[in-house]
Amino acid sequence: MGEGTAARDWSAFATPDEVSGREGVCRLELAVDGITCAACMGDIERGLMSLSGVERARLNLSTHRLSVAYDAAALPAEAVVGRVEALGYKAFPFDPARRDDSEREETKELLRSLAVAGFAMMNVMLLSVSVWSGNATDITAGTRDFLHWVSALIALPAGAYAGRPFFRSAWRALRAGRMAMDVPISLGVILTLALSLAETIRGGEEAYFDSAVMLLFFLLVGRYAERAMRRRTRAEAENLAALRAESATRIDPDGRERIVPLSEIRAGDRLVVAPGARIPVDATVESGVSEIDKSLVTGESDPERIEPGASVYGGTLNGSGALVVVASAAADKSLLATVERLMEGAMEARSQRLDLADRAARLYAPVVHSTAALTLLGWVLAGAGWHQSIVIAVSALIITCPCALGLAVPAVQVVAAGALFRSRVLLTNGSALERLAEVDMVVFDKTGTLTDPEPTALNLGDMPDDLLALAGALARRSRHPLAQALAGAGTLSAENVVEHPGEGLEGNVEGRKLRIGSPVFCAAESEAEAVLSRHPGASVIAVHADGMAPAVAAIVQALKPDAAETIAALKARGLEIAIFSGDRPGAVAAVADTLQIADRRAGLGPEAKVAALHALADDGRKVLMVGDGLNDAAALAAAHVSLSPVSGVALARAAADAVFMGNRLAPVIATLDVARSARARMTENLGFSALYNIVAIPVAVSGHVTPLIAALAMSASSIIVTLNALRARA
Amino acid sequence: MDILLYLIPIALFLGLLGLGAFLWSLKSGQFDDLEGARWRILSDDDIDAKGSPREDTHQD
Repeated sequence: MGEGTAARDWSAFATPDEVSGREGVCRLELAVDGITCAACMGDIERGLMSLSGVERARLNLSTHRLSVAYDAAALPAEAVVGRVEALGYKAFPFDPARRDDSEREETKELLRSLAVAGFAMMNVMLLSVSVWSGNATDITAGTRDFLHWVSALIALPAGAYAGRPFFRSAWRALRAGRMAMDVPISLGVILTLALSLAETIRGGEEAYFDSAVMLLFFLLVGRYAERAMRRRTRAEAENLAALRAESATRIDPDGRERIVPLSEIRAGDRLVVAPGARIPVDATVESGVSEIDKSLVTGESDPERIEPGASVYGGTLNGSGALVVVASAAADKSLLATVERLMEGAMEARSQRLDLADRAARLYAPVVHSTAALTLLGWVLAGAGWHQSIVIAVSALIITCPCALGLAVPAVQVVAAGALFRSRVLLTNGSALERLAEVDMVVFDKTGTLTDPEPTALNLGDMPDDLLALAGALARRSRHPLAQALAGAGTLSAENVVEHPGEGLEGNVEGRKLRIGSPVFCAAESEAEAVLSRHPGASVIAVHADGMAPAVAAIVQALKPDAAETIAALKARGLEIAIFSGDRPGAVAAVADTLQIADRRAGLGPEAKVAALHALADDGRKVLMVGDGLNDAAALAAAHVSLSPVSGVALARAAADAVFMGNRLAPVIATLDVARSARARMTENLGFSALYNIVAIPVAVSGHVTPLIAALAMSASSIIVTLNALRARA
Repeated sequence: MDILLYLIPIALFLGLLGLGAFLWSLKSGQFDDLEGARWRILSDDDIDAKGSPREDTHQD
């Protein structure tokens, strides 16, 4: 009943192809695994194009995504995927419901705006340089007016087009009654263009078209780089999700088994769960007996035996038996829904938090805007006349423009996110860096985060070698998670294997009758007690062979290879460490003792984890939560900042601010180090911007700003801020 | 300074030409896969044995 017999319903993953626009042409987006070099790209594309019915096959070597357009009438989707697999690659479909094209469109819009601003900046600057040098020598008023009009002709439409991302976001912020960095930026651009146009109409000397478009260009560079980095991270995360094949095998009313995207599962659907597969959604067992590994969901490391009628949570791992389950109707009362509700609440609270840049804007905007207003008032009172007063006041706004301030934070975010990307940490949220830098306490989940997801046996040395070899033969025939810990021993093979669901396995090895399973099943209760007294917190599996004394193995989830040194390194950085686990106190204590972590809390459900984190937050602690399970997802969203290993469940990855890859914990240290360095660079940049404004404001208020000085001061400050950001590589 | 009346429009026209070319290349997806593009140029798939371009491999 595994994936071998179920036809994967690939056509459910296809969408109509909008590029060719013809009826019947479908597009399939696949994440392809196994691509090592450019030659693979040619192989796959050539192989697909040679199929009749394929219109277009394009492999993106940057993202390892394959896009195939094909005629659905002439060619089944299965043939397309079959061809890729025949070529020796693995292809996994993207769930169309989860693909997010809006982000891609926004990035393209930023790039278009950037191109327009760049074009305008270069051409207007060319004209401005002529005016500046002309002002110093003998330009005639007519030529200057002509050059100003040409500048206006370029800068006004370009500013209106390229400024849209800022105008939109400023408008959103104002309507929500917030102050954001985009408000002073938009105000600065609009006032600058308006003043310059007025000056041009009047035939005046001072037009700041170059400053306005240059401001837009610099800011768009920063914003585009930030967005591109986020998109790269997002794409990588989406690929990982597709490679983990988040789909389900559904039994259709006609009795056929088809693999469909998770988003197509409805309550009441009958689903097949193969041994060793993950249960796709919350469901009730209809038939089959197995045991469920709930470690990703609740943190409990002991498998739980389930029978028909039992309810199972989505995200848990099925053990040795195939199951038919019915997706629960009461989905809103499920654990998943509870976790999602908790998560939403926590995310809402997090979005109330102010980013560094917005906090700076909150200080900056009133100071600069009231300075400009006072300048206007002051010059009018001093008898300078309305026109001259307005020119000076707007010049003050221009030269104190938030350009350096607007770049100060995003430039550092881009550089730091790039550095983290190289350490295999994917940052999903730029503002997470600021929060990471403030962390003074790290809370770890136990199962799957501090420990390996797979269990290992502790006391194999106590068992006789020949018994171990016999046990290994039988264990290899089992899918029970605990049996896997014994499966490595010996090279014998077992015959006549009979499974007693929920009890163990029986079979013949080397002519001996052998049982592995629960201590009761193997008549080894007293041995089990002895082993448990030596290894409290371990799970046990017993082995019984005819003519030999029964033995009991203590099974634990082993610590990740660098767990101890990571904890030590974190402590050396002055951070407090704690474990919040859903597992039994014994199992948690064993891990906490090994790692010398004093603050340990066991048996915490999702709500309890969130409550414990809130209690810490009320004490003023800034907590970094590291977790991977469904029961951690809400805690990840509730913590000050959070990290999740890429092996975690999708919901945990979605709730975390960053995801790290590989089976090590070292990225946690790298993340904190880069974040602290980035935070220092942000503070320096903001400090520099403040300093720049302190120097520039008196010059502007006293009416000494010329367009040349404005252009030089603004670009110099932007470049200094950007160069300083490059130091955030840590 | 009458020459400016000719030169500036010419300069602007050329600049707009470059901008248009960039926007077109962006729209036609030439920046979607910067990694693959540098290898694609080495591939001979798009020419047949006689050395003339083949129609069916043209993609955008």
